[in-house]
Amino acid sequence: MSAVIRVEGVAKAYGDVRAVDHVSLEVGANECLALLGPSGCGKTTLLRLMAGLETPDAGAISIGGADMTRTPPYGRPVNMMFQSYALFPHMSVADNVAFGLKQDRLAPAEIDARTREALAAVELEALGARKPHQLSGGQRQRVALARCIAKRPKALLLDEPMAALDKHLRERTQLELLALRRRLGISFVVVTHDQDEAMTMADRIAVMDKGRILQIDTPRKLYEHPVNQAVARFFGDINLWPNGRAVRPEHIALSCVSGDVEGVVTDIIYRGAGTTYLVRTQEMTVRVLRQNARGETEAHKGDTVFLSWPADAARTLSP
Amino acid sequence: MTGPAKTSLLAVWLWIGLVLLLPFAIVLKISFATAQLSVPPYGPPSTAGNYAALLRDSLYFKAYVGSLRIALISTALTLLLGYPMAYAIARAPQRWRHILLLLVVLPFWTSFLIRIYAWIGLLRPTGLINLVLESLGLITEPLRFLNTGGAVYLGIVYAYLPFMVLPLYARLEKLDPALLEAAADLGAKPWSAFLKITLPLSLPGVLAGCLLVFIPAVGEFVIPELLGGPDTLMIGKVLWTEFFTNRNWPMSAAVAVILLTVLVLPIMWFQAAQKQEARA
Repeated sequence: MSAVIRVEGVAKAYGDVRAVDHVSLEVGANECLALLGPSGCGKTTLLRLMAGLETPDAGAISIGGADMTRTPPYGRPVNMMFQSYALFPHMSVADNVAFGLKQDRLAPAEIDARTREALAAVELEALGARKPHQLSGGQRQRVALARCIAKRPKALLLDEPMAALDKHLRERTQLELLALRRRLGISFVVVTHDQDEAMTMADRIAVMDKGRILQIDTPRKLYEHPVNQAVARFFGDINLWPNGRAVRPEHIALSCVSGDVEGVVTDIIYRGAGTTYLVRTQEMTVRVLRQNARGETEAHKGDTVFLSWPADAARTLSP
Repeated sequence: MTGPAKTSLLAVWLWIGLVLLLPFAIVLKISFATAQLSVPPYGPPSTAGNYAALLRDSLYFKAYVGSLRIALISTALTLLLGYPMAYAIARAPQRWRHILLLLVVLPFWTSFLIRIYAWIGLLRPTGLINLVLESLGLITEPLRFLNTGGAVYLGIVYAYLPFMVLPLYARLEKLDPALLEAAADLGAKPWSAFLKITLPLSLPGVLAGCLLVFIPAVGEFVIPELLGGPDTLMIGKVLWTEFFTNRNWPMSAAVAVILLTVLVLPIMWFQAAQKQEARA
């Protein structure tokens, strides 16, 4: 697999803060890579380094096989979709989309054709004459997207693409983005703090904390084989015993009759598809997630229950 | 509208009526009178002769045109100097901005007259600039700076620069830096991004700054009087002469009425442009 973007030992500090601390990664052709982590973990800085909006203190960045560590943003064959969308308020939708093409001094007919094509790809053909402030949030996001893809970049860099959208719009937009990516065949790098979003969109996820990459893997591997407690905690619920042993709540069986660990149900959280039981055991309170399927044991608050899990569901994780 | 809002609106109208509309009505009335030796030195309003005289005597026309030309050129020079200043302040680190803005308005803490007089000290034949040039051996005879057209432009640009910088700064400071990053990301080199993003988005500030400089500069009297030469013809000076030297109140009133009309037109245009911007 040839890498579209290769980041090697890149570091960037602001004063004493190491925003990006010697990070290396590759973005494959046609791959969607998510940079996931809490705010301040350096994921946005890493994205801006790829776009050329920041210059690294150390390391190298190559795009499409060419070294672009010092190349300014206007010389890089990647485009960024900003969290605020950064649409030009004084230009119409069509002029926003055509802006990048005019910078490339393409022929007017070509600019026209590609602007229309990009607007069609995001289903905004009818709104080309509108100004950005006359659009809804979702429409603005699509203009920002069209403005990027009109340039036919080697990779699209998306900074928290769903942050400004309503919750119910998010999942639909995530799936639309995926479909668009498949159709265009370009690589995506998505910055997000939302693990669901990362899992929905990405082929691989780089989990970041304090400027470093903790683990970079497929969503399934990250969930099932986290390298440490931090990664495990970031992906879904996990029960962590003081000795470092970790078991996911859905791997724990709950019985009123027999099991390995005895405890008392202190709380029940009904979640529709499943139910989370909080069970106080001698060592700690354990979270147990059971499907609300027929025939499942139903425990009640105050019941004494027994917990058990298969040996391969428990693993020992370093902090 | 609530009670306090109504009261303060009334106060505003009362203020405008007392210090703007009423005096203007008096000036308008005097402009239709004839001058006579009496107290006050004019008769009852009876004639439009002053306006006819204004049109007949080419001196007034030349003075109006001269004023407009000087104001226009000074405004352009102020813009050329003020825009980079405002841009630099808006781009400066946050902790520097307030200090730089303070420096821009610092001259206001001294009297306007004293500041213009200070320029005489710098520009006159035995002034500081000539002394320095002579001691450096660059000139043998003192150069004539004072009482020239150039000195008038210098004075106006100097005096009105803050009025240009402040509205421009307010506009440029609000500009979202992400817009310029997006422009660069889309392939725009810095100059292209400036011309296509920064400049168009700062135009309302340019317009506001230009009007704030242009309007007072047209009626400027002190600067041409103190720094200008005998050939500097500005309407403010003509008005002064009519009023104090010729004691022709009706004539100077007519000059003022025409001046006000000439100035109100760009303001109305400005407001129309702003309304259009608000609608867009």
